[in-house]
Amino acid sequence: MHTYEPPIFELSSPGKIGAALPDAGVPETELPAHLLRDDDLAGLPEISETEVVRHFTRISQRNFCIDTGMYPLGSCTMKYNPKIHEDAARLPGFAFIHPLQAEETVQGALQLTYELQNILAEISGFDQVCLQPAAGAQGEFAGILVFRAYHLDRGDDQRDEVLCPNSAHGTNPATAAMVGFKVVEIATDSRGNVDLADLRAKVGPRTAGLMLTNPNTLGLFDENVHEVAKIVHEAGGLMYGDGANFNAILGIVKPGDVGFDFMHYNLHKTFTTPHGGGGPGCGAVGCKEFLADYLPGPIVALKEGQYTRHTPVKSIGRLKAFKGNFGMFVRAYTYIRMLGAAGLRSVSEHAVLNANYLRVNLDKIYPVAYDRTCMHEVVLQGKIKGAPSVHTLDIAKRLIDFGFHPPTVYFPISVAESIMIEPTETESKRNMDAFIDAMKQIAHEAVENPELLHAAPTTAPVRRLDEATAARRPILKYDQAAIAALLSK
Amino acid sequence: MSNVPHELLYTKEHEWVRIDGNSAVVGITEHAQRELGDVVFVELPDVGKSFEVGEPFGTVESVKAVSEIYAPLSGEITEINNEVVDSPELVNEDPYGEGWLAKFSFTTAPSGLLSAAEYERYINDEANK
Repeated sequence: MHTYEPPIFELSSPGKIGAALPDAGVPETELPAHLLRDDDLAGLPEISETEVVRHFTRISQRNFCIDTGMYPLGSCTMKYNPKIHEDAARLPGFAFIHPLQAEETVQGALQLTYELQNILAEISGFDQVCLQPAAGAQGEFAGILVFRAYHLDRGDDQRDEVLCPNSAHGTNPATAAMVGFKVVEIATDSRGNVDLADLRAKVGPRTAGLMLTNPNTLGLFDENVHEVAKIVHEAGGLMYGDGANFNAILGIVKPGDVGFDFMHYNLHKTFTTPHGGGGPGCGAVGCKEFLADYLPGPIVALKEGQYTRHTPVKSIGRLKAFKGNFGMFVRAYTYIRMLGAAGLRSVSEHAVLNANYLRVNLDKIYPVAYDRTCMHEVVLQGKIKGAPSVHTLDIAKRLIDFGFHPPTVYFPISVAESIMIEPTETESKRNMDAFIDAMKQIAHEAVENPELLHAAPTTAPVRRLDEATAARRPILKYDQAAIAALLSK
Repeated sequence: MSNVPHELLYTKEHEWVRIDGNSAVVGITEHAQRELGDVVFVELPDVGKSFEVGEPFGTVESVKAVSEIYAPLSGEITEINNEVVDSPELVNEDPYGEGWLAKFSFTTAPSGLLSAAEYERYINDEANK
């Protein structure tokens, strides 16, 4: 089971044929020379059907996923995705429609889009939602473009800075820079909140807005959120809410009620659409009425009993082709309808309870960065007493040997040796107890036999990977000679 | 214990500065490279660009994190270390020597830099926090 699976090219034997093709029926001709590959790849692998099936089945079985085990990646919300979503998304009326079909023939799909817009607006305390952005980062991009459009529309063209607390998601400063703003970092205070003194010193007439992730990347609810919003608003700036951690406050806090003007939702985190290999995702955005005219489009409205699409009058434009990733709307809608308002609140209560259960069971061994009740995730430090040679990376790799996906490590960067754990509400107490036992066992080994940790993982198909060489001298395509040279070193 | 050469000046952002007349060579400290881990990518500005003190002038990326490097003084870039762009491991292997990053020229003498003793105290305080 736990052996290296060679690339399919290395399984090839000359002359082996997996499929019999019919005669061409037309004369064969050579391909033009300029279209032929000129590299060292001899051709497609020659391999039987059985071997093809076995090769890819073996690879698929090595895939660690939420359907095979606990996946406590902090900040990522790797929670179980109910299978009923897949039934809903495959209903013919949803699965077999085309984005360019006439509106009167897709009223059901538009109704679902409209209702999901309204539900998300209600959950978060906003006036208008647009589902088009394809991912959280694209939602952020939309939000900061909207902020810029709003200020410029008012003739307010001096605002060229966006404030980002250092407890923000890494994408926040990247987004602000991408839109062309100067990023101004705000410090964190001793309780893990935005440092108000630092904020007051840096806010001003150049402030376009502040991007706050709340709960933040330390897994803490910012207790100063009202005050932060007040300071930013008084300076004429706007408040952007990164909804990546919305999973922790559903039915408890409405971001629109605590001072946010705009926010994105990660349907794949909070509302259980799949996290997948780069997509498709949905980073829906919501805002207050005064920003609604700038939203991207299309947005679905209900007019005289008909659902229709429109793009707001001063829209920043569209962010991707067509109407957004509609299949994700269906899944998120199914999830929300299935749980109802009380169920959604229970999701957040259990997400927070589970993270705190891990915290109080582990904080004697792994120091917590901020000693207070956390939200849906907890940030520990891989500093085990009596084990100076052991680092967070060793602990993470050793967890693989215990059958767990490692948590997020070395993020947030403001905490040394950080280990960020998010169990989510879908892990049972039994699973969390097994995780706690593994973490305790690893701490014990770290003192008694640190070599076990330094050598980990030992049960995975490959051992400790050389991340530095992979980044410094990456081999970006199949190159047998280069791989052989590397392995011989 | 970190290696903190006494003849250099330092910043709280873990840069070191070697001043010679009105030019200064800048790099990151041994403590910084150890905290970062294996450096895999270094991005430096073009020669001739000017920076204000505290402004980010480049990026160091390790297997753990991407960090900005902040100008320890206001001045113009007169030279960059192209060796370190091609072989980022030099930052880990020889942070005060072959792993230097950029050379600045300045007209106003830099101020507010830490002495070796002050920097050493600073990193010890940080570690005990």
